[in-house]
Amino acid sequence: MEFTLITGRTIEQGCTKEHAKLSEEYMMSVAVCEMNYEDMMRLNVRDGDNVKIKTEVGSVVVKVRRSRRIRRPGIIFIPFGPWINLILPSETEGTGMPPLKGFRVWVEPTEEPVSNIRELLLRNYGVKG
Amino acid sequence: MRVIEGVVCPFCGCCCDDLEVIVEDNRIVDVRNACALGASKFMGYSKNRNTKPLVRRNGELVEASLEDAIERCAEILANASYPLLYGWSNTSCEAIRVGLELAEEVGGVIDNTTTVCHGPSILAIQEVGIPGCTLGQIRHRADLIIYWGSNPWSAHPRHIERYTALSEGRFQRAAWKRYLSRLILESARKKRYRAASLVFKGGAAALQAAEEEERWMLPPPGERKLVVVDVQKTRSADLADIFIRVEPGGDYEVLQALRALIRDEELDVDEAAGVPVEKLEELSDLMVNARFGVLFFGLGLTMSVGRSRNIEAAIKLTRDLNRYTKFLIMPMRGHFNVTGANIVFTWQTGYPYAVDFSQGYPRYNPGETSAVDVLARGDADATLVIASDPASSFPRKAVENLTKNPLIVIDPVLTPTALMADVIIPTAFVGIEAEGTTYRMDHVPLPLKKVVEPPAGCLSDEEVLRMILGRVRKIRRSDASA
Repeated sequence: MEFTLITGRTIEQGCTKEHAKLSEEYMMSVAVCEMNYEDMMRLNVRDGDNVKIKTEVGSVVVKVRRSRRIRRPGIIFIPFGPWINLILPSETEGTGMPPLKGFRVWVEPTEEPVSNIRELLLRNYGVKG
Repeated sequence: MRVIEGVVCPFCGCCCDDLEVIVEDNRIVDVRNACALGASKFMGYSKNRNTKPLVRRNGELVEASLEDAIERCAEILANASYPLLYGWSNTSCEAIRVGLELAEEVGGVIDNTTTVCHGPSILAIQEVGIPGCTLGQIRHRADLIIYWGSNPWSAHPRHIERYTALSEGRFQRAAWKRYLSRLILESARKKRYRAASLVFKGGAAALQAAEEEERWMLPPPGERKLVVVDVQKTRSADLADIFIRVEPGGDYEVLQALRALIRDEELDVDEAAGVPVEKLEELSDLMVNARFGVLFFGLGLTMSVGRSRNIEAAIKLTRDLNRYTKFLIMPMRGHFNVTGANIVFTWQTGYPYAVDFSQGYPRYNPGETSAVDVLARGDADATLVIASDPASSFPRKAVENLTKNPLIVIDPVLTPTALMADVIIPTAFVGIEAEGTTYRMDHVPLPLKKVVEPPAGCLSDEEVLRMILGRVRKIRRSDASA
């Protein structure tokens, strides 16, 4: 299903981003996708289920979290972090800034687990020899 | 037990300077006056600490002496033909100054995190200028405060309390009481709704509709008003007198519509990016009738489609408003010293970020010399990352290049970027374990304090950079004479 993705700051992400990026807490605060209840019904997912977010660049698995703040269907919110950056395009249109808010993504329910930060880096960028 | 007063918070661009840190046996036991973000840093900074320099040998990161690690860094930088030096916003101005010297010495590109936060704002400011002021002015005088595409509740938690709507100014009263009574009303209404939704279905829709309507309870003229414009109803929007929901990517349209309305032009549409024109008319009236208005904008404008053009429209709106009243505009800067990074870069090179020294003189062309572009094109053949974590903030293609080439990380903690590094040098936390200068988001310089001693062997960013610079110079001189 197609969605408009918004990324941004949350206070939970802020509390761990400076000194605990390898922690479970950080992962719980950024490897999530906030979604409107109606959209969750349409996708047939529940709070805490895993979903796969896809763009032309790739895909990443994150957890769904119900949000009462996103009122309009068709919009999802994911906090800034390595999970979402993995699937961001890098075109900066001459500004140096990659598109981080308001672009199209595809979301589908999945059984795949959410990778922790070490697995995520290993799988996508490999270990250096 | 020792209480250290007047500590400047090394977290966000607010740089709150009223923190009290309580220290016992070189350990922080408590911190007063800080927000959740600042407190989490002061209280948790030592939990995930890395105190040993690490160097990658045969694919594994192994402990090394500081001298070995510095030597390896110097070799990488001296041998690279186009290295990238990235980060800088979470360190002191003094360290940034040495970093610029290093970039010039190695003929590389130096860029700070502005490039992925307010870079477009700087591009717009260079086009049209910026009417700005200090936060103190706003605290005492502003009667209309607008946050556009910014969520201070989450990213700058004390901004509203210290500098805008909830602060007690000399000429403007804090709006605390009004917000408290609104919160009480709101929670009562929610309770009623929960009771109602137990009885009949469809309660949720009714509540949402009602909530959208109720936003427009304006305080009496002369009192401080808070307006939030965003794509979703953030926690900051809960505090606002007026909340305007814009469709994602629609900011430019709404800003231009407001400019037209302020010039008394008729709009022949019913809505702009999902905002009814009547609402915009009300907002433009509010703006024109304010005695001292200020517009704070965040990444909602810089990261959305249009990027620098959105900021340009916002600044032009502010400029138009100055024909009728006093109106100012300010970017909500994220890292505590990102403003300082821009200042030091500009003072040393003439440009605020994305500076290329490969020609022997500073060159600036964001989109070409900015970190994401340099990496995504695959131009950089080595990277030094300091006080930053591009693996978490850059798109995939840029990170791939980081990992392909030699990577140096200078940071007090192990970050995802550090996991992929060839050399890791731990340093002292600036503002906790090392002194330095930082610039608040309104360009006011503040001294960062050292409240505890760093772990044995951890030097400050500035000292480590000086050592690398010294080694690089030696290697280059011996290469030149050979």
